[in-house]
Amino acid sequence: MSALGAVSVQFTREQLAEVRRLQALYPDKRAALLPVLHLAQEAFGHISLEAEEYAAGLFDLSPAHVHEVVTFYSLFFREPRGRHVISVCHNLTCHLLGAQRVLTHLKKRLGVDVGGTTPDGGVTLLSVECLCACEMAPMMQVNDRYEGNLTPEKVDRILAELR
Amino acid sequence: MSAMLTIDGRKVSVPEGTTIWEAARQAGIEIPVLCHDPRLRPVGVCRMCVVDVGERVLAASCVRAAADGMTVQTRSEKVERCRKTLTELLLSDYPADSAREKTTGDDLLLALGRSFGVRPEYLTIPRGDGRARDVSSPVIAVDHAACILCDRCIRACDEIQHNDVIGRTGKGYTARIAFDLDSPMGKSTCVACGECASVCPTGALTHKPLTAPIRPRAELKNVDSVCPYCGVGCAVTLHVDPAKNAVVLVDGRPSPGNESRLCVKGRYGFDYALHPQRLTVPLIRRAEFYPKGPLSGDVKGDGRRRKPGGLVDYNEVLPAFSEASWDEALDLVAKRLSEIKKADGPGALAGFGSAKCSNEEAYVFQKLVRAVFGTNNVDHCTRLCHASSVAALLETIGSGAVTNVFGDVKNAEVALIAGSSTTDNHPVAATFIKDAAQHGTTLIVVDQRETGIARHAHHFLRINPGTDVALYNAWMHVLISEGLVNREYIAKHTEGFEALRETVKRYPPERAAEICGVPADKIREAASVFGRAKAAIIFWGMGISQHTHGTDNARCLISLALLTGNVGRPGTGLHPLRGQNNVQGASDAGLIPMVFPDYQSVEDAGIRKRFEAAWGVRLDPKRGLTVVEIMTGALEKRIRGMYMMGENPFLSDPNINKVRKALAALDFLCVQDIFLTETAEFADVILPATSFFEKTGTYTNTDRRVQIGWKAVEPPGQARLDWEVVSEIARRMGYPMEYVTAEEIFNEFTALAPSYQGLTYQNLQPHGKLWPCPDPERSDGVQLLFGDGFPTPSGRGKFVPCEYRPAAEVPDSDYPFVLNTGRLLEHWHTGVMTRRSRPLSTIQPEAFCEMNPDDLAAAGIPAGAYVSVSSRRGSITLRAHASRRIAPGTVFIPFHFREAAANVLTNDQLDPVGKIPEFKFCAVRIDPATA
Ligand code: SF4
Ligand code: SF4
Ligand code: FES
Repeated sequence: MSALGAVSVQFTREQLAEVRRLQALYPDKRAALLPVLHLAQEAFGHISLEAEEYAAGLFDLSPAHVHEVVTFYSLFFREPRGRHVISVCHNLTCHLLGAQRVLTHLKKRLGVDVGGTTPDGGVTLLSVECLCACEMAPMMQVNDRYEGNLTPEKVDRILAELR
Repeated sequence: MSAMLTIDGRKVSVPEGTTIWEAARQAGIEIPVLCHDPRLRPVGVCRMCVVDVGERVLAASCVRAAADGMTVQTRSEKVERCRKTLTELLLSDYPADSAREKTTGDDLLLALGRSFGVRPEYLTIPRGDGRARDVSSPVIAVDHAACILCDRCIRACDEIQHNDVIGRTGKGYTARIAFDLDSPMGKSTCVACGECASVCPTGALTHKPLTAPIRPRAELKNVDSVCPYCGVGCAVTLHVDPAKNAVVLVDGRPSPGNESRLCVKGRYGFDYALHPQRLTVPLIRRAEFYPKGPLSGDVKGDGRRRKPGGLVDYNEVLPAFSEASWDEALDLVAKRLSEIKKADGPGALAGFGSAKCSNEEAYVFQKLVRAVFGTNNVDHCTRLCHASSVAALLETIGSGAVTNVFGDVKNAEVALIAGSSTTDNHPVAATFIKDAAQHGTTLIVVDQRETGIARHAHHFLRINPGTDVALYNAWMHVLISEGLVNREYIAKHTEGFEALRETVKRYPPERAAEICGVPADKIREAASVFGRAKAAIIFWGMGISQHTHGTDNARCLISLALLTGNVGRPGTGLHPLRGQNNVQGASDAGLIPMVFPDYQSVEDAGIRKRFEAAWGVRLDPKRGLTVVEIMTGALEKRIRGMYMMGENPFLSDPNINKVRKALAALDFLCVQDIFLTETAEFADVILPATSFFEKTGTYTNTDRRVQIGWKAVEPPGQARLDWEVVSEIARRMGYPMEYVTAEEIFNEFTALAPSYQGLTYQNLQPHGKLWPCPDPERSDGVQLLFGDGFPTPSGRGKFVPCEYRPAAEVPDSDYPFVLNTGRLLEHWHTGVMTRRSRPLSTIQPEAFCEMNPDDLAAAGIPAGAYVSVSSRRGSITLRAHASRRIAPGTVFIPFHFREAAANVLTNDQLDPVGKIPEFKFCAVRIDPATA
């Protein structure tokens, strides 16, 4: 069953070997769907609908099932993202300690809205649920690094380092 | 082990593992639900069914198992308060105009709201979260705002129909159901079976009105019936609006055959009966339109490209006919047929009945041809579908009946599906096969196309077209050489094993691999999977039967079953999936030139005497001509007069250009139908008949289940019951035929047909019975046949060894492609009904051919472009679809479309035994279409 027809994404031979290794780790291979989706995100930059369908094929799952998983987890990107990803926590603690101010500042500096990517493809801005680092609220995640106790000045410094 | 518990003070004992909800139900206590439906796996996501089991929190009774000694409160104040709050919360953003409440009037959430007294003014939260409506499907309306995410539709699609289309997208407040990758429903892989809309408790997924507005179920009349389309014979409830004289909604009925499931045709394809093109008055050809010939451009085959969606243009055809009274028309038919009989003998007359008609109509029709015309020249479209299978079955095991029902696939360890695109042609049977495949049955699919069912196969063997005999001979070679045969069974129940062994010896897998294009080890593997199974069942379709070696193909499958002893036990059997809704019954009732009702030979003097006594006339002792032979006879002027009831050979027979000449050559043709068919353009007299919904009759499905379809609406205009018209013609030809009801005809038929003995309109209600049924009062009929020998003279099943023969017309440099024809899920045969059904023709509006993208690229033809497909017999123009499901070198064309009729191309060469034409194989060429 092909929902989209032509598939434009494809793992390399090595990546496919990794898929098979991951699938073999579990009694039911579909348990490996999450790691394989991460692999896809790494390989293709983001998880397009084509990639979802491709993954469905690798697992003998329906495209609808893969779509469910991809749209449930916020760490899967369904649109092309920037080279850097900034995720600002908007949950209770951060909110009380000024997350809004941080976010407004970031929007102004980057010239994008939440969910947007700067025109040069440099930075994608997100606003996310709790990242479990309330002790450093307001905080955000920059790629795979946590930055806390944020002020507009600190945000400027971080942005300067990213460029 | 059983559990004894107390529910609302009542003691209940249930088997261990039963849910509290089910236990309560058995005790007559109803617990409200939203997400639960007994046909679905319980998931417990909505919490409407909570009950108090004396624990800290309430338990969801639909998933919680009843335990011994449990005390359950289903209606305590706490429980009621929780349910009420839940209902309020769900209703707080529920749309004011639920599509379910406005149509069938059974919105479960609103009903709960009413029962808990949730006041509408309570619900003041601004509604509408921007979750949109989706009206892209022609049959189902989607309103995401009314969705409560109960998962019922997802489970119905996955677990009942196994189409796996629906999932969820997003989470939290943005969560919605989604089709595939969140496509609009009408653009997704949804096959519009309607199962999801039928289980949805709210206004989220609802059936769109197709004929008249859908009113609340309680205000509509319910009529028990069956589906008018395929041999699965799904039981349905027709919901009728008597004021509008229209069927407005169809539900599946919980019968043993279909367990309430339906496919798109059965659920939504009923609107054809109200199409404005229905014939309502008898018509007689005007003098100016002789000599006879085709009238419309499509039927003339003038070669102009047609606009898609082509129905016959009545303005092109009707001027050739004048309206007549029934008396005038019937007198003319009787007079002309009698004249021909007198001048040229009874053998110059012939009749085609139809497998769409009821058993009663088929019986009366063959009686007319035999007792009144005086000939056995009576046949119907079974000749074009399973004639070869039936010939092989009669020859080898002495009976054409299926030996087991399709639903028993659940007890099979292995199921072999040979040459059957089950998901297209027997969609509801396919759901049971898919079920089984998911619950432990190993599925082997053999086909030249990667069909929908092949997707579910554990072993898929894509063979070269027409090479089945070589493949199964190789399987048997492997089984014998590896000792995977059932020696005891062979010794006890079969004959001719030695000859078979000698033949299959010459088919080692390596040789078959060359012929079939399947690697030898795959052949070995599939054979031994089949051979090792303790119970294996074999299904086959037209891919086996419609070949000049169709009988051989079927003989091989039968040998395979005999060799392994897979007949007559649960989970085993031979099941040629019957095509038409009543092809089994029409054959049972005697619409076959060689046999009287119930397969009793016309050549047997004793049998003939019995029928002569019953019908009070002398009967023709010679077998009659078959469908294609009758057409050839017409061409050669040996057949001069014909009566056709509900058949459309112009589109259904092979080699249309020849059929056109044959029909035009007839001295007299009477066509009885509900629409002006292509065939009717050649008629002298056209008689308006009743549609399926306008009459009562019995129909026998592929399982041998005889079911009643009750009349639901009045026929339009002067249209009359088919059996009434047949009796009128008989009377006017001097033979008294006085029936008052269909039931009376049924009783006459069963008295002459031992297999139907004991069946009556009374005991056929509500779910029908399988024939034979020796004890109709107490049993559902015999499910498993031939557990202990066969109705052959020796009581044994016979091995008939076969050699591989190529098809009659193989590809060459002029015609390099192999053409395969078949059906689509949404259309029925010549499209007379389905192309007049709005939803069905919206989903599949136009003719196309399917080709492998590599072949298209090599020919420089872009996908979607028009191509002309030609064989030695003719040429048609249609769109090319690219699909990898079909092998390079082959072309698939559905034969429903008059504007590009596949049967212009097909070869009318016949199987020597079954007399079935080779619809599945002829050589064609593909050229870009000239504008
Ligand atoms: S109509 Fe049938 S195939 Fe389509 S989504 Fe609903 S259940 Fe699935
Ligand atoms: S499967 Fe056949 S009998 Fe059942 S609803 Fe569909 S067409 Fe009708
Ligand atoms: S009905 Fe039991 S949780 Fe929904």
